[in-house]
Amino acid sequence: MSAKPEMTASEIASAVAGRKMSALDATEAVLARIEQHDRILNSFTDVTAERARAKARAIDADIAAGRKVGPLAGVPFAVKNLFDVAGLPTRAGSKINRDLAPAKRDATLIERMEAAGAVLVGALNMGEYAYDFTGENIHDSPSRNPHDTTRMSGGSSGGSGSAVGGALVPIALGSDTNGSIRVPSSFCGIFGLKPTYGRLSRARSFPFVASLDHLGPFARSVADLALAYDAMQGPDADDGACTTRGLEPVTPLLDESISGLRVAIAGGHFQKNVFPEAVEAVSRVAKALGATQVVDVPEASRARAAAYVITTTEGASLHLDRLRKRPGDFDPAVRDRLIAGAMVPAPLVDRAQKFRRWYRAQLAEIFRSVDVLLAPATPCTAPKLGQVNFNLDGVELPVRANIGIHTQPISFIGLPVVAVPVPLEPLPIGVQIICAPWREDIALRVAHALEKMGAVAAPAPRGF
Amino acid sequence: MAEPLDDYIDAVSKALALPLEEAWRPAVRANLEVSLRLGRMVDEFALPDETEPAPIFTA
Repeated sequence: MSAKPEMTASEIASAVAGRKMSALDATEAVLARIEQHDRILNSFTDVTAERARAKARAIDADIAAGRKVGPLAGVPFAVKNLFDVAGLPTRAGSKINRDLAPAKRDATLIERMEAAGAVLVGALNMGEYAYDFTGENIHDSPSRNPHDTTRMSGGSSGGSGSAVGGALVPIALGSDTNGSIRVPSSFCGIFGLKPTYGRLSRARSFPFVASLDHLGPFARSVADLALAYDAMQGPDADDGACTTRGLEPVTPLLDESISGLRVAIAGGHFQKNVFPEAVEAVSRVAKALGATQVVDVPEASRARAAAYVITTTEGASLHLDRLRKRPGDFDPAVRDRLIAGAMVPAPLVDRAQKFRRWYRAQLAEIFRSVDVLLAPATPCTAPKLGQVNFNLDGVELPVRANIGIHTQPISFIGLPVVAVPVPLEPLPIGVQIICAPWREDIALRVAHALEKMGAVAAPAPRGF
Repeated sequence: MAEPLDDYIDAVSKALALPLEEAWRPAVRANLEVSLRLGRMVDEFALPDETEPAPIFTA
């Protein structure tokens, strides 16, 4: 059996464990595809070919010796370049971090993926220091949308979206502070999971906004998303915010009925600031689920404002010394936002954090009577690369800061979300399946049901 | 004549020893204006005095 680009992680793992395909063949196929297509997509910044081959050979040796292999045996994956990869400086999309010493140890999530048999093939392009929704990067050039290479991949995990949407790898990992998993998922037409804040360890990844940073997987099927998520769960003393909850595997639950679940459409803020394609996408998903109830999420616009304030100030705090010592080495757009962030008065930040507590209580109340909320993942399909402004509800606004207008009020309080791709023409767009804290299982089950109904799907890449 | 926000920007950049070239000033000011506008939105919302901030910290 030969490896094909459209194979899911589940299919690869099954073929490798069943001795129908070797892990090395699966890995070589992915390396060849990266070599062939990444000159256009520009999703990878580092390809760890020799490391990948060594890992694949070790898996094949285990199988030959009759030793048990993990559920991701032989599955190639890649990570946003803010994950520590032993032997590489963790550049986090920046020029400055390239001067760091190479990481000595992989990020926890890479270790867990590899413990399950997955094969790391490289590190992926991203917006500088993750302060970005576009996928553009002035140091490494932009990663490109796999459905139209003149368009944005979305940020900040742009390379992750581009590589998975372009079928270079079946699974990638990224980070999401304000929408950086959900936005590239939407633009690139793939599934993305932003788990509950604290669910997955962030140990040995480069931070952005400590109180908002999440890590999570991307894939072209929900089963693959669940496989990766299950492999990465578990407490980790190396991340102070990581939960002490035990493993709560979702893969065995994916096919459970969703008929008893109460699904509602998020109203107010989430029905404003949208292009017609976002309205159409939410409508299709709601119809497939039989959802008609609209629930107003109180003060969501203010929640977005508070997330913005916390992000710019915590981000400025993180980079204060680099701003002093190497201001000329930043992307000017990032530098100027961070300098401004350092100047925001402290009481506003404290109030934003207190408002967060209030807002969390309002959502907790909503989730007493609703299991799932639906909302757009982005206000539009992928804009053109270099596009500066767009017109939202009659107001001309900067693209870079406003693509996450519907994702920010959700990550602000750490709710779990699966972004599902609605394959509209000519470009796909995502919808957020939002659940109560720690109920990733519900979000993934609903996404899986939608996938089986044909309401959502990752379209084959056709832009290159 | 310098606007009050420019005076504030100059004062904070000096207090924090942050570099600020004149060419960067318009973008820094524009970004700060957005942050202050959004910060005001948060500020205007009345909260009980006892409200705890949200970040998670475990010793």
